[in-house]
Amino acid sequence: MPNNQQFVKFDKVDKSYDGKVLVVKDLNLDIAEGEFITMLGPSGSGKTTCLMMLAGFETPTNGEIYLDSNPISNIPPHKRGIGMVFQNYALFPHMTVYENLAFPLRVRKVSKDDIDKKVDKALSMVSLTGFENRMPGQLSGGQQQRVAVARALVFDPAVVLMDEPLGALDKNLRESMQYEIKHIHESIGVTVVYVTHDQGEALTMSNRIAVFNDGKVQQLSSPDKLYEEPVNSFVAEFIGENNTFGGQVTNFSKEKCKVKLDDGSEIFANPITVKSNGDKTTVSLRPERALINTKEKMDNNFKGKIEEVIYHGDHTRVRLNLLGNKEFILKVPNSSANMDIKLGNQINVSWNSHDARALDPK
Amino acid sequence: MSSETRQILTTDGIPLEVSLKKAERKNKIKAFLLVAPLLLFLLITYIFPIGDMLLRSVDDKMVTEMLPKTFKSMEDWDGNEMPPEEVFEAFYLDFQKLVEEKRDGKLSTQLNYTKNGFKSILKKLRRKAKNFEEGNYKEQIMAVHKRWADVEYWRAIKRRAPAFTSSKYLKGMDMYKNEEGKIVSVEEDRRIHRVLWLRTLEIAFFVTLLCFLMAYPIAHLLATLPMKYSNLLMICVLLPFWTSLLVRTASWMILLQQQGVVNDFFVMIGLVADDNRPEMMYNKTGTYVAMTQILLPFMVLPLYSVMKTISPSLMRAGKSLGGTPFVTFWKVYFPLTIPGIGAGCLLVFILAIGYYITPALVGGASGTLISNQIAFHMKSTLDWSFASAMGLMLLAGVLAIYWIYNKLVGIDNIKLG
Repeated sequence: MPNNQQFVKFDKVDKSYDGKVLVVKDLNLDIAEGEFITMLGPSGSGKTTCLMMLAGFETPTNGEIYLDSNPISNIPPHKRGIGMVFQNYALFPHMTVYENLAFPLRVRKVSKDDIDKKVDKALSMVSLTGFENRMPGQLSGGQQQRVAVARALVFDPAVVLMDEPLGALDKNLRESMQYEIKHIHESIGVTVVYVTHDQGEALTMSNRIAVFNDGKVQQLSSPDKLYEEPVNSFVAEFIGENNTFGGQVTNFSKEKCKVKLDDGSEIFANPITVKSNGDKTTVSLRPERALINTKEKMDNNFKGKIEEVIYHGDHTRVRLNLLGNKEFILKVPNSSANMDIKLGNQINVSWNSHDARALDPK
Repeated sequence: MSSETRQILTTDGIPLEVSLKKAERKNKIKAFLLVAPLLLFLLITYIFPIGDMLLRSVDDKMVTEMLPKTFKSMEDWDGNEMPPEEVFEAFYLDFQKLVEEKRDGKLSTQLNYTKNGFKSILKKLRRKAKNFEEGNYKEQIMAVHKRWADVEYWRAIKRRAPAFTSSKYLKGMDMYKNEEGKIVSVEEDRRIHRVLWLRTLEIAFFVTLLCFLMAYPIAHLLATLPMKYSNLLMICVLLPFWTSLLVRTASWMILLQQQGVVNDFFVMIGLVADDNRPEMMYNKTGTYVAMTQILLPFMVLPLYSVMKTISPSLMRAGKSLGGTPFVTFWKVYFPLTIPGIGAGCLLVFILAIGYYITPALVGGASGTLISNQIAFHMKSTLDWSFASAMGLMLLAGVLAIYWIYNKLVGIDNIKLG
């Protein structure tokens, strides 16, 4: 790729507010030019702090942030040229939509004609042409959101930061805005750093996702890899649904290991973080990877008792008591009508050891 | 048919409108009863007194009632030459009646206000009138004193005929109606009220300005500091507010007097010589300092309540869009605080324009305001109608400011909390 792979670079960044607790610990993160990267994590995980440090509203306690190879810690926010979309839009309530969009251009002393052109272009990009003279208070939440996006892009910043911009919208609007933002990103190729705690949003929009927890990036990878191959039990737990078994490694090899569970039974798993016999581990298995009464040959086959059946239309969720885990969830596609899914029945459950990832213990 | 919509009935067959009114009536009565005490209170303590003040300030019935016949006979008199015999006769009859009732002294005081010299000639007339013969009163009265033969004095009496007068208002502006009935200013060395009006406006304006300059940063801090600090600061702002006005003014007197704390300090650090201590009290300086301090909370609180509602992300947004801190403040933050500025300035200005205790105590001669003059006329000269007139002029001034403010900023934009 010709693009600068280290367009934004967090280099050993620490952040503490009170000198006692580190909110961000030793953060190293490279963001490529034109990339859509999402910082995903529970609240208090440090993701918004990272965004604020990048925007310039917080200074790193230690380490340095580089933008296009230039250190920016000592550059005040208004000189960084980074656009930002805020959680509550932060539109200026006393200015019309046009004035809101013209603000970043006026402070840059752009000529009146160019301002008109750029504002027009930005508004048509978010399909709000004709709304120039409205006040923000006269717009719906979704429209305000679009104005905020247009305003963050109108001065052609190199990087746009978005801090949970869709948090205040209802579900349908949020989904359509996700696509809209994604399309805008694709059409103008700006680098976007997006912060959210909504994993669905992160998975649909991003090129790469950085999962934050406890001030650290737990995993940085593409959405599919993040879901299919979580590197630790926090990521496995946080992204999507997950069945877990706690146990101890008894027979370790590079390809496959045997895990002795707490109830005494033994399963085969794919060793990810475990290194040797005797390691404590949590085995993580996606619900859709475990099959019922399958004819395929798999190396884990067990019997479980059905505790609960929940109908979801396109699929049925089944809660089993399996190997001492009373919360074992299965997703059964609607087409598989032949199965004998009834409360209290014993059924056969199978999965491949490759899909059962032996991760760090919880 | 098109304009008349069909009447909608409820399920019981009663027209919907009637039913609605019936249902709402109870609430309306309840609401009115809740407001009634306040309404009554306002009526008794505010509307009535102001109405009474208005009447008192223009009331000139006293002379009108004392000389009813005279004024009636004067209706046809044009005032160019000496009045005809009927006027003299009517005046004689009115005057005799007043003498019997022993009210002629009041008449002489009142007429003397209008024109100097009435007192002595009325006294003389009272003595001589006992021996008047019936008929030809004109000759007899004119013979009492030569001033009675002067048409100027008769014109002066006629000027007191109307039951209402604007003279108190004119006096408040250092003006009067001269003998030709024209409104003219008094001589320059006797103009005292205009100076006071201008000084009142000037002090109110600068106190408002000072309050604004001091309150804006405080309010901003209050609105942005973390809770534990802002609470402390809020107490600091409110503490003087909870202390008696008199105590605060008195403490300023202790601080500002020539042997006071501030002067001692200036001498100590060598800013002024010990024998050359500046006067900071009993002049405008004292009034400015004390009034600014006392009125400060009235500016801080509306500003604070408005600033509290401004999201900090707006400033951040402004900066992230490339505005320098100053531009962002000026284009984004400041315009949003205008409702608070308006409310605070209006409040402080209106309070300052009618301020009384502080200027009375620390103002001295050059620092007193129009309200002190009003109090002087109420307590010392007992010219209540003049005090009322000036009070109403003050009220009119406040209403005018309110009106201008409404035109400029809009009263809807005001925000007190």
